[in-house]
Amino acid sequence: MDKVIVAQNLSLSYSKDETIINKVTFSIDSGSFVFITGASGSGKSTLLKSLYGALKPVEGSLVVAGVELKGVTKSKLNLLRKHTGIVFQDYKLVKEWTIEKNIMLPLIISGYDKGVTQNQVDSLLKHVRLKHQSGKYPKELSGGEQQRVAMARALSHNPVLILADEPTGNLDDYSSQLIWNLLEGANEQLKSTVIVVTHHIPESLSVDYKHFHIEYGSIHEVS
Amino acid sequence: MKSLKNHLSLVVALLSILFSIQTFIIVERSITAYKESLANNYSLVIVSQKKVQEKSLISKNSIIVSVDELSPDDVIKKLNSGIKKKNIELLKLSLPKFYKLKLSHYPSPDEINNLTKGLLRDKSIIKVETFAKSHDTTYKLLLLFKSVITVFAFSVGVVTILLIAKELKIWQLKHHERMSIMALFGAPTWLRSAVLFRLAIVDALIASAMAFILFSYISSDVWVQEQFETIGIKVVVFDKITDFGVMLGIAMALSTLLATFIVIGHKEEV
Repeated sequence: MDKVIVAQNLSLSYSKDETIINKVTFSIDSGSFVFITGASGSGKSTLLKSLYGALKPVEGSLVVAGVELKGVTKSKLNLLRKHTGIVFQDYKLVKEWTIEKNIMLPLIISGYDKGVTQNQVDSLLKHVRLKHQSGKYPKELSGGEQQRVAMARALSHNPVLILADEPTGNLDDYSSQLIWNLLEGANEQLKSTVIVVTHHIPESLSVDYKHFHIEYGSIHEVS
Repeated sequence: MKSLKNHLSLVVALLSILFSIQTFIIVERSITAYKESLANNYSLVIVSQKKVQEKSLISKNSIIVSVDELSPDDVIKKLNSGIKKKNIELLKLSLPKFYKLKLSHYPSPDEINNLTKGLLRDKSIIKVETFAKSHDTTYKLLLLFKSVITVFAFSVGVVTILLIAKELKIWQLKHHERMSIMALFGAPTWLRSAVLFRLAIVDALIASAMAFILFSYISSDVWVQEQFETIGIKVVVFDKITDFGVMLGIAMALSTLLATFIVIGHKEEV
């Protein structure tokens, strides 16, 4: 099976003094559903950031969707990000845009025409049960609703890779279930690789998944 | 309301810089026009023992435009009583020649000094009357006026640059989040900064349009025209094509420069 992520002796850090991830080697198959767990401060989010190039490897190599992220050029990084859907813990919605425009963002960046963009956004708004709120601004929505918008945005351009950082943290059961359903749907129907950083793996999940655990800067697969 | 607020701060800063620049231009034009009017009314008088050649005088001193001989008749008329016609003719011949020199522009004190020295090199010229005292006073007044306006324009310029620098920081904070989010989804720099440049261009257009309306009104105002007429000069307060073009160019350059600084200074979030 093709590997979408290959990390070899990968080290990550924010400063010279402290290494968060220390010489880890792992790979993730294309089209798989992966959970990364670990205690708070273990480096889960740091590892996720490195996967979309927000944090460069200080040592070793990290290849995501065929792009080596050590010393990656801006244009290659932009290309990788265009094919990646990211769900952030703090949603990262553009405050001055309506939720409809927020969902459109990856489609605009990828250069889709207006008709396709509108249809895709309408369909996603229905999926996340926010069709009636399309003209609202993020601050007018609850945390759960904002996370659903962030999820719709991450899926809007049918990405090959979906990265989600604690997508259901602090959400009610209804919103959490909706988000897991969307992630499962993207994995099963779009064949997207889904990588979720979380504290708890939901029991209701129907897809086969892999589980990596981070501890003391190392990563190991949990069987 | 929010949209208006977004535009207002940069528009005000741009408008104040356009206002100070156009004011400076008007003062420059007024001084030039006033100098021309002074030059028309100002002339030197030279006294020569012999008849001077106009061509040779002009060729030696390029500032001189024309040389007119002053007739001694008025002086002779006053002495006329009891003097025989023959003696009057003799008196005419023995009197020195007086000439009025017209200059191409209103000269500076240095130019007058150089001209005087140059004229006196000709042995036949015995006296050059420059009316130096009144000339000096007028010239110094002009220079003072120009200096005051330059200081005023410079002060407004400095305040405006500070305003724009402050605006730069506000814009950096305001646009940073959106630009960072767009970068996380792979937006190229031009797309990330498109909103910023659009805003900058719209603000430059608004500021230029407001300045256009303001100066069009000022230039057509009767009171303003009367003031220029009082001092005997004609000044183009606002040229609707050239001046507006300059204003638009300056506003566009400043606002796009501001946007460029923000784009260059933008650091991606980690």
